[in-house]
Amino acid sequence: MTQRLRLTVNGSQREEEVEPRTLLVHFLRERCGLTGTHVGCDTSQCGACTVLCDGEPVKSCSMLALQAEGMAITTIEGLAPIGGMHPLQTAFWESHGLQCGFCTPGFIMAAAALLARNPDPTDEEIGRGLEGNLCRCTGYVNIRKAVRAAAAAIRDESAPASIGG
Amino acid sequence: MIPAAFEYSRATSVADAVSQLRSGGPEAKVIAGGQSLLPMMRLRLAQPPHLVDVNHIRELDHITIKDGRLRVGGLTRHATLVTSDVVRANLPLLAEMASEVGDPQVRTRGTLGGVMAHADAAGDYPTIAVMLDATIVTDRREIPARDFFQHLFTTALEPDELVCEVVFPLATGPHRYLKFRRRLFDWAIVAVGVQLTDSGWRVGITHAAPTATRAHSVEEALRSGADFHEAARRAADGLHPSSDVHASSEYRLHLAEVLTRRALEQAA
Amino acid sequence: MAVSQLIGSRVQRREDPRLITGHGRYIEDRNPAGLLHLAVVRSPHAHARILSIDGSQAAALKGVLAVLVAKDFRAQLQGAMPVTPSFVPEKKYVPERFPIAEREVCFQGEPVAVVVAESRQLAADAADLVTVEYSPLPAVVDPEAALVARSPLTHSDGPDNIGWDMTFAGGDIEAAFARAEVRVTGRILQQRLAPTPMEPRGVLADYSTYDHTLTIWLSSQNPHFIRLFISGAMGLPESRVRVVSEDVGGGFGSKISPYPEDYLVPAASRLLGRPVRWIETRTESVLTSYHGRGQVFTAEAAALRDGTLLGLRLTQILDLGAYHGTFGAFQACACLMAGGVYRWEAVHARTVGVLTNKVPTDPYRGAGRPEGTHLCERMVDLVAQEIGMDPAEVRRKNFAREFPFVNNFGLTYDSGNYDGSLDRAMELVDYQGWRQRQEEARKEGRLIGIGLSTWVEICGFGPSEATAAATGGISLVEAAQIRFLPSGSVAAYVGTHSHGQGHDTTFAQIVADTLGLPLDMVELRHGDTAEGPSFGYGTYGSRSLSVGGMALHKAALVVREKAKRLAAHMLEVSAEDLVFEQGAFQVRGDPRAHKTIQEVALAAYGPGLPEGMEQGLEAVSYFDPPNFVWPFGAHICVAEVDRETGTTQILKYVAVDDCGNVINPMIVEGQLHGGIAQGMAQALFEEVAYDLDSGQLLTGSLTDYLIPTMNEIPELTLDRTVTPSPTNPLGVKGIGEAGTIASSAAVINAISDALSPLGIHHVDMPASPARIWKMIQEAES
Repeated sequence: MTQRLRLTVNGSQREEEVEPRTLLVHFLRERCGLTGTHVGCDTSQCGACTVLCDGEPVKSCSMLALQAEGMAITTIEGLAPIGGMHPLQTAFWESHGLQCGFCTPGFIMAAAALLARNPDPTDEEIGRGLEGNLCRCTGYVNIRKAVRAAAAAIRDESAPASIGG
Repeated sequence: MIPAAFEYSRATSVADAVSQLRSGGPEAKVIAGGQSLLPMMRLRLAQPPHLVDVNHIRELDHITIKDGRLRVGGLTRHATLVTSDVVRANLPLLAEMASEVGDPQVRTRGTLGGVMAHADAAGDYPTIAVMLDATIVTDRREIPARDFFQHLFTTALEPDELVCEVVFPLATGPHRYLKFRRRLFDWAIVAVGVQLTDSGWRVGITHAAPTATRAHSVEEALRSGADFHEAARRAADGLHPSSDVHASSEYRLHLAEVLTRRALEQAA
Repeated sequence: MAVSQLIGSRVQRREDPRLITGHGRYIEDRNPAGLLHLAVVRSPHAHARILSIDGSQAAALKGVLAVLVAKDFRAQLQGAMPVTPSFVPEKKYVPERFPIAEREVCFQGEPVAVVVAESRQLAADAADLVTVEYSPLPAVVDPEAALVARSPLTHSDGPDNIGWDMTFAGGDIEAAFARAEVRVTGRILQQRLAPTPMEPRGVLADYSTYDHTLTIWLSSQNPHFIRLFISGAMGLPESRVRVVSEDVGGGFGSKISPYPEDYLVPAASRLLGRPVRWIETRTESVLTSYHGRGQVFTAEAAALRDGTLLGLRLTQILDLGAYHGTFGAFQACACLMAGGVYRWEAVHARTVGVLTNKVPTDPYRGAGRPEGTHLCERMVDLVAQEIGMDPAEVRRKNFAREFPFVNNFGLTYDSGNYDGSLDRAMELVDYQGWRQRQEEARKEGRLIGIGLSTWVEICGFGPSEATAAATGGISLVEAAQIRFLPSGSVAAYVGTHSHGQGHDTTFAQIVADTLGLPLDMVELRHGDTAEGPSFGYGTYGSRSLSVGGMALHKAALVVREKAKRLAAHMLEVSAEDLVFEQGAFQVRGDPRAHKTIQEVALAAYGPGLPEGMEQGLEAVSYFDPPNFVWPFGAHICVAEVDRETGTTQILKYVAVDDCGNVINPMIVEGQLHGGIAQGMAQALFEEVAYDLDSGQLLTGSLTDYLIPTMNEIPELTLDRTVTPSPTNPLGVKGIGEAGTIASSAAVINAISDALSPLGIHHVDMPASPARIWKMIQEAES
């Protein structure tokens, strides 16, 4: 038995019939074709499936699609306009914050949520903000660096023009 | 992995949830945040035939002070507890504990009521509930925390009963929750909460028994003038923790003592 | 147009834009029309006889197309899964492995049936409905116990549990020990590890019934070898099989060898005439993706009181699991590398491969070299402890200093400067300062330790002669192809395959520099057996740059040489009068007479070529290195152990490594960060644990198998020295495994040093708080 689901994904409203057991991540990947959100575990540890629901980070493998009723979902594909890059994406690129890239969308989404709450996090706060995401390639050194760089870039962007500039 | 098929219905009120649980049969389950339930369902360790989603019951999502008690709705998310000014001002230990549950993503979804009803031995909130004599309010009755948690994953709840609210006493004195784990987002290997109240120290221990425990002998020792070091030696009294791949029973007992002392020192 | 020197530059990765925006191309992202989903029914027992399999309930579900068991696959698949025939010449017992068990299951997770259905949900539901009746057999779990005469058998029809037993003798070990003034002994565990790339494995196969071709999309480090194996098993000409591996979400060795599903999925596709996909769940990954390490060493070292190392004698007991891993024997190279960077009079190493009822072990990042380094560096520290000398001094006293250096087993280290990296690491970490702080901390009862790891590795496989035996006749070289297209851009193909190492970028840097082109005129292609040279040898063993990169360089030079001859013809000068500069052939002494290589490329497809020259500007080259390459370095870890809880905190970590000339420093640093973190994770966190009686996996998810988060990995301080390799024209070595090879020893040496005031001189891995607490309890009682 399927049930009706209405939600917004990356700004587009969708209305679909889904089986109750459909996980949000499978809905996004298989029904919306948004394959940037990855599944890396079965037990809600790895964070590769992190997306934003109404701006808050969730592991989309641990949420039923039907539980997203009425919500606005942002996935990695929706973080920046097509062809563009969010400052976090630029920073991950410039800081070599990824290797195989599989965990990266989850990290970027978790970091986006962190910076929305805390625009100038300390290293410890970055660690706490990303404690729900596992990376096997980078040893996290350059991820931390990327988040620091993105935070600075976002702050600069939103700072008022400097006097005498 | 994919859960086995189930029926799903959304409840709009507490009464509606109870009625849906009844019609769903004894195996029907409530889904709130789903942060423990859904991984178990994905592994097919749990295969409930019917889930009643309580996420839309607004009356379950509140934090208020009434009659000198802190009343927190069962649907309150961990993330809300962390940042709630009311909680921080009236029972900061609860906010501190909430900030140590899972990771940011889990804290977005997971709920106070869900943790209580799930009754994992390593759950954090049962400890504060037990140590401070909180009351669990359900759709039909009030249950003191000490009677609520019966065994591992076992509570006093009837199959069709819903956790609506947890009522805590206020406590703003020195407090600390020390959680020992390998990685920051892990469950506690052992954790200890301490809170100084008007009637003395309260001490609770997580994951040193099938349910959260209140360390009465530590509290008594402190009341009779023992120093923290001496009092903490009593932390293991009456505990028989299990051994697993991360810690032996002996190590858990040892940690209970060390963490009790450190928590008291850091709180004071 | 000026072309800068790209080699040596921090060029940002070209693969990143798609990966950071969610447009990577992993196996699960591909959904061809008509796709079927396969789920595997696995043994819950470590060892059991299969009495019956009943798939009727599963088959009755609407949307289930097939329930297949071993006998269904017997008609589809010939022969047994491959095992390196002779890396270890004295193999004793090599149980034959068919991809799916028929009569007996020999490890928990071994496939017994597969279900194919219209949806993944249905496949999972149907797999649950397959009823298998087992009669449990005793499980062999502990490899040492498995060697006892009356041990149960891993395979009930096997002669014993011994996969191999052989000894490498390097020098006169008796004479070395006869001169000993001190002897130290060690028993050193290498726990089993689960490689755990963040992308689990996945296979998608599409057999085309009418033209008898097979395409397999696979998350693999090694697409060409997989094609070789699968085409053989399926009775198809190799040329009719195409293996495509696009973005690979990490491998760390676990995606080199073929797996049962690599056979079962294509066979199911041929049976059903539709594309079939299987995606590994993490639960399956931890249970059935080949593990690494799983070894126990006993060792004895002989030395003089002045710190001179004399002899090292060791035995490696290697837990093979239920079958020999395809390249599992490679892990025995721990024996050959046990002497490390030191001059020993003799090293004597016995390796015993033991069959147990567990998933096979196979190469995992470093494969044998972390184990050899860990053993050697621990034994040297035990010697230092015994004679009361600073571990840095013992190292210096024994470093190999003349290169090429031939070790006790005849392996030739190509170049090195072990003092250089150690000096720099000690300076960076403030070694003397930390020794003082350690002294002060000890007076307060605090436990601070400083651990060194001066490491060397063998990598860059080939050379062909030395490696033919390891692969069953196909010797390890690498192949590359350079194609200049008429309008002047270049397609470059290589037989290695990146799974996060950034080859799209670094290899393009080499090609662009060699051909004098801007980077965006070079397209790097790999991972598709339908493209480029006829065979590729894959990415593992830190070989891609020093073998694959060199093949590309060589092919680029061949192309450049032809272009030069054509340019000379066009400019009507002799080729000797031309110099190649800034992407152009320039007539010496006449700055205006030149042809850019792109002009020459166009001309190569036109008329008027010199006598005997064919059209086109392309070349295939194979590079067969004359030797292995030998990266090295020095890591220093400072750690503090909490005496009460046994928790270790890393206070400082410095790594000074030398991989010869560097193509892209940013990528080298990234490889080191990740490698060091994996070694630290072995030292402190990770362990695959089994129940010793039942052989049941106890660490079956990422809840219990502890991959560290950002919070558990400290900041790392890196630097490097540069000692070019004489083995290849660019003077490069490998760096993919270096961090992992070095770091577990540095961490454990630091912890052992920290605990030495308590009389504890060795700590096994993972050095968990629980383990350390127990050791402290025992030491103090």
